[in-house]
Amino acid sequence: MKDIVRGWRHIPQRYNLIGSKCNHCGAVYFPVRVICPECRRKGKLEEIKLSGKGKIHTYSVIHTPTGDFKLISPYVVAIIELEEGTKITSQIVDSDGDNIKIGDEVELVFRKIREEGEDGVISYGYKFKLKK
Amino acid sequence: MAGIVGYGVYIPYYRIKVEEIAKVWGDDPRAISRGLVVQEKSVPSPDEDTATISVEAARNSLKRAKINPQKIGAIYVGSESHPYAVKPTATIVADAVAATPELTAADLEFACKAGTAGIQVCMGLVDSDAIEYGLAIGADTAQGAPSDALEYTASAGGAAYIIGKGNTLADFEGTYSFTTDTPDFYRREGKPYPRHGGRFTGEPAYFKHVLSAAKGLFGKMGTDASDYDHVVFHQPNGKFYIRAARKLGFKEDQYKTGLLTPYIGNTYSGATPLGLAAVLDIAQAGERIMAVSYGSGAGSDAFSITVNDEIEQKRDLAPKVQELVDNKCYVDYAVYAKFKGKLRMAGLTQH
Ligand SMILES: [Zn+2]
Repeated sequence: MKDIVRGWRHIPQRYNLIGSKCNHCGAVYFPVRVICPECRRKGKLEEIKLSGKGKIHTYSVIHTPTGDFKLISPYVVAIIELEEGTKITSQIVDSDGDNIKIGDEVELVFRKIREEGEDGVISYGYKFKLKK
Repeated sequence: MAGIVGYGVYIPYYRIKVEEIAKVWGDDPRAISRGLVVQEKSVPSPDEDTATISVEAARNSLKRAKINPQKIGAIYVGSESHPYAVKPTATIVADAVAATPELTAADLEFACKAGTAGIQVCMGLVDSDAIEYGLAIGADTAQGAPSDALEYTASAGGAAYIIGKGNTLADFEGTYSFTTDTPDFYRREGKPYPRHGGRFTGEPAYFKHVLSAAKGLFGKMGTDASDYDHVVFHQPNGKFYIRAARKLGFKEDQYKTGLLTPYIGNTYSGATPLGLAAVLDIAQAGERIMAVSYGSGAGSDAFSITVNDEIEQKRDLAPKVQELVDNKCYVDYAVYAKFKGKLRMAGLTQH
């Protein structure tokens, strides 16, 4: 139940890529932060809906995963630099790594993240795909 | 009357060819392909389901509608493959398009026609001024049992429609439904695959309801086949669709654009909404469209729609059906079986 509540509380972030923007220095953070590490008390953080557009900063192809991830193996995990400046780690869907290179443009998609077994809750959230 | 303010579609990236499935079961691929008029079908990735397809289609519909999602007063998701038996898909969509919390939402089920039923509910709510905008979605990740005839066509995809009165790109002129109790196709609670009545699914089921709904709409509107520039029907396979179109007097030029099953398979609740979207992608202002869905059990919803000038401003704002049909990657039967959870794996929770 604790996991369900934790998952539920993070739905806005996971579904719609809600991050924080410092109203003093303009820095953008994901996930949401309470305080800007640069400005401390001088800055106030406001919620921002990130565009979901970015570029591949670096990536890795996973060939030998464990558990349920075997179903999608091989798959790509990338660090993505969003156009707002912050970086985010995510799976790149619909790719086995052959068609990907650093600098490629990507965009937000909505996918299943994990399932708690056959009778548990299904978590959904952000992943990314190559922009066509 | 209410109209379509925005529409959006989604089709998964993976495909499997009919011949690849036929090879596994020893069927003659050319006979199957010719008999069903289906060449290949879409296959969802393991991290896709009716909720993710619905969200992608809904987000695309919002790109065309250009409305504040907070103004959506109702969301209905029509599907026969909702991820949860109890817990609505519609609430997942509502949060994912930022329409919560001031709205009503529900999942609808009526085999393959629950999506068009959602459109009718939204039309009623909009026309009575109960809501400003309604979002109706038809989406499915259909399952056919291995070696069953349905395995050649059961696929995945969906389309979303934002119904409202302002800035419509097409307007409803009328709708007519035809419904009877017909057990042509069904799935009992807890069973993974549906059962169907074989030959029984044709004449007394699909054709009776589709043709009756189309003729009922003709009567209500005072129209016939020659009054429409485009027509789209539910399409469990290409053969039924073409036969229904011809029986009503439609020519190939009128029915070809909405026929997608040969390239993506039967997307069930997504089928008629996706076919209509393919027509809207190319329709000119002033053109008239007839759309007729079919759901086993059984019933058909028919719509008469006129396209207006706004289509030119909106159609390029989101991916078109043809772009998604062309964006594909083939898998073999083994990968397909893995993706669809047809394999038992060691120590995994796969079903
Ligand atoms: Zn700051």
